[in-house]
Amino acid sequence: MSDLSSRKLSRRKLIRTGLAATAGAAGLGVAAHLAQKYGLVPPDHRGIYGLGETLTYASQRLLTRHSLAREFSSSQISKPPFANQIEPLTDEFKRLQAGGFADWRLSVNGMVARPALFSLEQLKSYPSHTQITMLQCEEGWSYIAEWVGVPLSRVLDVVGVLPQARYVVYFSMEPDTWDSIDMADALHPQTFLTYGMNGHELPVGHGGPLRMRLPRQLGYKNVKFITHLTVTDDLKKFGKGLGAAAPEFGYAWYAGI
Amino acid sequence: MAELESIGAPLVTSAPASASSVPATVVTPRHALFVRVTHWITTLCFLALLVTGAELVISHPRFYWGETGNDLTTPLFKLNIPSSRSMVPSGYSYVLPDQNGWSRYLHFQSAWIVILTGLLYVISLFFSGHLRKNLFPRKADLSWRAFSSSIADHLRFKRPNAAEAWSYNLLQRLAYLFVIFVLFPLVIWTGLAMSPAFVSAFPLTVTSLGGQQSARTLHFFVSLALLLFLLVHVAMVFLAGFTNRMRAMITGRPGTPTERT
Repeated sequence: MSDLSSRKLSRRKLIRTGLAATAGAAGLGVAAHLAQKYGLVPPDHRGIYGLGETLTYASQRLLTRHSLAREFSSSQISKPPFANQIEPLTDEFKRLQAGGFADWRLSVNGMVARPALFSLEQLKSYPSHTQITMLQCEEGWSYIAEWVGVPLSRVLDVVGVLPQARYVVYFSMEPDTWDSIDMADALHPQTFLTYGMNGHELPVGHGGPLRMRLPRQLGYKNVKFITHLTVTDDLKKFGKGLGAAAPEFGYAWYAGI
Repeated sequence: MAELESIGAPLVTSAPASASSVPATVVTPRHALFVRVTHWITTLCFLALLVTGAELVISHPRFYWGETGNDLTTPLFKLNIPSSRSMVPSGYSYVLPDQNGWSRYLHFQSAWIVILTGLLYVISLFFSGHLRKNLFPRKADLSWRAFSSSIADHLRFKRPNAAEAWSYNLLQRLAYLFVIFVLFPLVIWTGLAMSPAFVSAFPLTVTSLGGQQSARTLHFFVSLALLLFLLVHVAMVFLAGFTNRMRAMITGRPGTPTERT
C-alpha cells in the first residue's frame, strides 16, 4: 500500500517536474525571442560570456535608454587632458592633415534616403553642441573635458534614416578600427560627432578632426578619426559579425558596463 | 519553503545524540541544500571575480580619490607592481601580457551570477528561518562575556567541540552577517558606481561616494576585505577539520561522531 502510494507520488512528481521543465524551457525561448525583437541582445552574445553580456546590455537598455550622462562644471575639466597612445598615422591621414583637412570628408551611406559626403565646414555649419563629460578608459583611468560637436542625430536627420535601421556602424581612418551602436545610442542627445575640445579644435592625439563621443560608454567605443558611417539593420555583414573590431580582439561590444 | 524549514541545522543540544542513534542517510544535513548550492556557486564566482579583478588592476595599478585620475594626476597611492599596459608609469622596464578582454567579460558574467545567487540566498535566508536560527547571535551570546570568551577561544586557536560543530559560534555569525549584509552590498554598489551607463540613470550611486575614481578605490578595498574573509574562512575550515567541514558543505553529511572535531 505504502509502496503503491509512493510510486504514485513519484509519478506525479515526475509529471510535475516534466511540466515545470517544459514551461521553463518555453519561457526561456519566449524571453529570448522577445529580447531579440526589442533589441536587447548584443551582437557578441554567442560564446561562454554571452549570458553576462546579454544581461548587462538588456538591463541597461531597459533602465538607461533615455538617461543623460553626468555633466560637470567647467572648473572640473582635467588640466591637461590625458591623451592615450594612438597608432602611427597613415600616409593618407598625413596628406589630409597637411592640407588642414580641407579635403577630408565624412561619408554616410547604408539605410538612408540620401547618402551624403560632409566636409568639416558643413558639419560645423550645423548648430554646435557642448558637453562637459567624463571619458573613462577600460583600464581604469579617466578625465573630464569639454567636447564640442554636432549631435549624430542631426547628421542622421540630414541623410534620412530609413525606419528599419537598427545600428550605426562607424569607421576610423586607423586601419581595422570600426565599431557600431544601436539606434538608442545613435539618437541619444549626448552622442556627438566631436570636432572641438576645451575651446580648441579637437587635437589629433584625441582623434581629430572628428571623434565619436558617447559619454555613457567606455573610452574604446569613442573611436578616433571617424571618416565613414553606415546605417544598417544587420551587423552580421560587418567583419566577423560581432558588431565591432573590439570583440574580435576579445572586448565587449557594449561598453556601458 | 516548508521543506527548507525542516532541513535547517538542528539545535545544538539534540544534534549529536540524534546523529549517533540513526543511520547516516537519515541524518539531518549539517547544511541545508540551498546553503550548499549557493555556497559553491558563490565560491566559484568569487574566485573568478578575484582573479579577473586583479588582472584589471594590473592594467592601471594606480588609485585616486574624487571624480577623475590618470597618468598625469597625482594618485592617492599606487601598487608597486608591473603593468599590462605600456602607458602607465609603473617603474618597471617590461610590460605584462594584457588579459583585460576576457577578464572583463568573465568579471561581469560572474558578477551577474553571484548577484542572482545572492538574491536567492537572501530570500531563502528569510523564508527558511536560517537567518534567525543560524546567523543572528543567540540570545545567550548577546553579552560582553560571551563575546570576549568567543574572541579568547579564537585567539587560542581552540578547536570547536562536538556541539559547536553543529552550529556557528558568535564570531562566525557576526563575520557571516557582515559579509552578507555589508561587504557584498558595498562591493556591488561600488562596482555599479563605475558604470557610466548605470550612473547616468542613478547618479547618486556615484556622487554619494565622492566620485567615480573614489568608487574604484573603494571597490578595491572592499574586495581586499572580502579576500581577507576568504583567507580566514579557509584557515578556520582547516583548523576545525578540513575533511569533515568540506564533506558537510558538499554532501550535507556531518561525519561520524568520532570524526567530528
